[in-house]
Amino acid sequence: MKTTFKSLAHKLFGDSVRAFGAVSLLFLISLAIAPAKNYFSEWRHYQHGYLKMIHNRSDAVTLQRHFQGGIHQIWLPDLGVVDRCTSCHVGLKEASLNDVSQQPFRKHPPIPHQIDQFGCTVCHRGQGVATTVVEAHSSTLAWEQPILPAKYIESSCGECHRGPLPGAPRLNEGRHLLSRSGCVHCHTVKLADGKILKATDNPPSLSHIADKTTREWVYGWLKDPQAYAATATMPNFKLSDDDARDMSAFLIANSTSLPGDTATVSAKASSDPAAGASLYGESFCSSCHAVQNAAGNLVGGDVGPELTRVGSKVKPEWLQAWLRNPRVYHAETAMPHYRLSDPEVATLSGFLLAKADSDLLANLHLEAATAEQIAHGKRLISDYGCASCHEIAGIKRPENFAPELSRIGSKPVTQLVFLPGMPRTLPEYIATKIKQPRAFGQGLKMPQYTFTGQQIDSLATALLASNDRSFTLPPALTVASKPDSDYQPAGKAGKLMTDLACFSCHRINGHGGDMAPDLTWEGSSVQRQWLVEFLKNPNTLRPALIRRMPRFNLTDGEVNEITDYMMTAYQNPSVDRDSMPLSGYPQGQVELGKQLFYGKYACQGCHIVDTRTDKGYIGPTLTKVGSRLTAAWIFQWMRNPQALRPGTTEPNRTMSEEDAQALTAFLISQKGGGKTEVAKK
Amino acid sequence: MIGRSPSILALFAAALAMSLAVGCSHKTPPATLLNPTAFGAAIVESSGGKQITQTGTTLPQPLIVQVNDGQGTAVPGALVEFSGAPGVTFEPAKGVTDSSGQVTTNVTLGGMAGRFRLIASSTDKTGKQFALTVDEIALGYEQTLGRQLNDQYCERCHNPESTVERVSNFDNLEIKPHPFTEGDTLNKLSDADLTAIISHGGPALNKSALMPAWGNTLSKSDIQALISYIRAISDPPNRSASPVYAKSYSKPPSD
Repeated sequence: MKTTFKSLAHKLFGDSVRAFGAVSLLFLISLAIAPAKNYFSEWRHYQHGYLKMIHNRSDAVTLQRHFQGGIHQIWLPDLGVVDRCTSCHVGLKEASLNDVSQQPFRKHPPIPHQIDQFGCTVCHRGQGVATTVVEAHSSTLAWEQPILPAKYIESSCGECHRGPLPGAPRLNEGRHLLSRSGCVHCHTVKLADGKILKATDNPPSLSHIADKTTREWVYGWLKDPQAYAATATMPNFKLSDDDARDMSAFLIANSTSLPGDTATVSAKASSDPAAGASLYGESFCSSCHAVQNAAGNLVGGDVGPELTRVGSKVKPEWLQAWLRNPRVYHAETAMPHYRLSDPEVATLSGFLLAKADSDLLANLHLEAATAEQIAHGKRLISDYGCASCHEIAGIKRPENFAPELSRIGSKPVTQLVFLPGMPRTLPEYIATKIKQPRAFGQGLKMPQYTFTGQQIDSLATALLASNDRSFTLPPALTVASKPDSDYQPAGKAGKLMTDLACFSCHRINGHGGDMAPDLTWEGSSVQRQWLVEFLKNPNTLRPALIRRMPRFNLTDGEVNEITDYMMTAYQNPSVDRDSMPLSGYPQGQVELGKQLFYGKYACQGCHIVDTRTDKGYIGPTLTKVGSRLTAAWIFQWMRNPQALRPGTTEPNRTMSEEDAQALTAFLISQKGGGKTEVAKK
Repeated sequence: MIGRSPSILALFAAALAMSLAVGCSHKTPPATLLNPTAFGAAIVESSGGKQITQTGTTLPQPLIVQVNDGQGTAVPGALVEFSGAPGVTFEPAKGVTDSSGQVTTNVTLGGMAGRFRLIASSTDKTGKQFALTVDEIALGYEQTLGRQLNDQYCERCHNPESTVERVSNFDNLEIKPHPFTEGDTLNKLSDADLTAIISHGGPALNKSALMPAWGNTLSKSDIQALISYIRAISDPPNRSASPVYAKSYSKPPSD
């Protein structure tokens, strides 16, 4: 080896001529490296590939004309964007490359933004200035920001769009979950517009928990909330038996009794399952509460807690007090005050108490707690930050209990501690942290949630949107969210509406739920007498809906109070209720309206006017619409429904005034009652 | 002069080491070895085909395939391998059929909108391969927006299936609307035709007035998004609408 090497050195550098020749050759080669590197660069290779690909296409001439060789760059100083991605991704803007699935030559799918105005890295992350595949896409030593995986791409929409955005369901779901799952009780999430995300899960106060349930149940719940209800929002803190024992001991010992909670009702909890089931159905409890049926499927809404095993949880006296008036125990509850009679409370509580699971707390015996255990429990309650979510007498709500997440989407990878073997990227870190928070070290407090894979992706999407860029964007480039409305109705009627929890389902002036119609303009829309009757005894307006307005057993005085308020306060300035009469339209106009209804506009596709012929299930039934709506509202609604209720499904038909008047005349003549009865005879 | 050669050598060594390092970082961890104990003759789909999801996300339901023998009886213990275009991942990527002859895998589609053709393959006793192809649909931004609009405005008449939450109005209509998956009919209509029907209602193309005009309720881009969605989910597929990502395209142009 050594000798061959020596002879080779001798041959090359033996005398000055040879040495000169060899060195010049080396010099030439080293000079050629730079141009060669340029010539063999990846982007040039891809551009050749592109030209080869378009060569045989029918649209080759156009594509070749559009093609320009060399490095391309999109430079946007406002956004800090220098993107050279288009050097390899040559066909991004070529509409005719729709059928090409080969990267990097695919056309960009349609989005509402122009690539020239936004660049690539604003949405996709990665290194815009890089000109090699690895450096542009992956995270290398010099570059930290890898390409954002497609499943999180909507996070980039959220940098500028602060509110809910159509077409970005993941982002919307993630932001919703941050509030709905209570993440923001412990973690502060400040949005770039200064708004701080508020929790919407409304966890109950634990100051009077002993009125409501037993220590055994509290223990079982603390150990595994999902064992009681699969849908429970409360996460699992993975407590040891001793810790759960001491925490339950403290919570029970710390609880004070509320006056109304222990008073017994005159009637005992009845065991009439049929009557109970029908009262449960009539009260539309399942609009908000879910129950697992025999097949194991959850049936019902998710506004209130699941009731599958409620009989194993609550004390009978507490349940009766709660059913009589939930606001005594929990002033902010979403549950309406139903004004049930004592026998009704007895029937319903009997029905609910029967929903018990004898296996749930079987074989659980807790010894009476010692003072030491209670003190230890109190310490644990503080340590785990229980008071971040729940009100607990004697424990202060901790401020900033967990790290703030306002700029988590820009957290440098170097500041993160990864699990062995996991991909070292920020999105992967966030998702894994939500999925298995306790895996990241000993003594961590973040509890285990039961999110689905998709929910975790959504949460990570929303969190990635909270990043430095979202805070530093020029204001002109941001799209603000609608300001939160904390509208509250005033006076006596307002108190009543809060008591009935109208806002749990209805929205008024931007505040409230979306289960039931928006009532912002209800005063212009309906006739007074109808509203009175409806509040007393709500009937079905939409045949296909399973969620309906429950009956609250209101007194005449209460009904009048609410009606008067709504008729006055909820008036639309553009609808003059009294400008059109409720009857007396010429027969010819009514007939014309009927023809338009069934012919030109084919309204029967969605609505029912004549129950014998019409079947439409989508809009409300109109058999009695003449006694329900005001003529002025119908007329304006025909002209432009979205102006009165943004987002309503009814299409805007841009009706002429004449057509709208005729349809109003026809509809207002549908007073219900008499007509159908005649038909039956 | 002699001092130079070791430095060049060192340079070469460094380059070699670097290329090795790069090569190694791309290597996937070795999959656990699975041994088939039986062999079938055909694979059939049990469930999970033709699902719709957003690009880069996991299908709502897992893909379940079944291996049968020549008589059509399920074969437990056969090895099934899943593959698809780059970007598609399977969890697990291969599996042995269970006691009912089935293998279940969770599929995450690639980052681009279109139809992803997945292949489930197995071998018979002689080592000959047989396979099943399944199509899944990934929606891009425009189609996702279209899907939302469809759910709000169209679905209740155009989808004959009812759920507890959403009762279909399909059966109530005297003239039945076309479900959006009905590719045989809808693929024959051009984008301009569909735009006309959606904007101006059925009568625009001499069709039923039960289809109202949406042109003043939905914007032009909304209607474009809807059409994009309709094209994406059409069955049989609308060939001109979106690319099909299949394994045969998997080789990058550099190879």
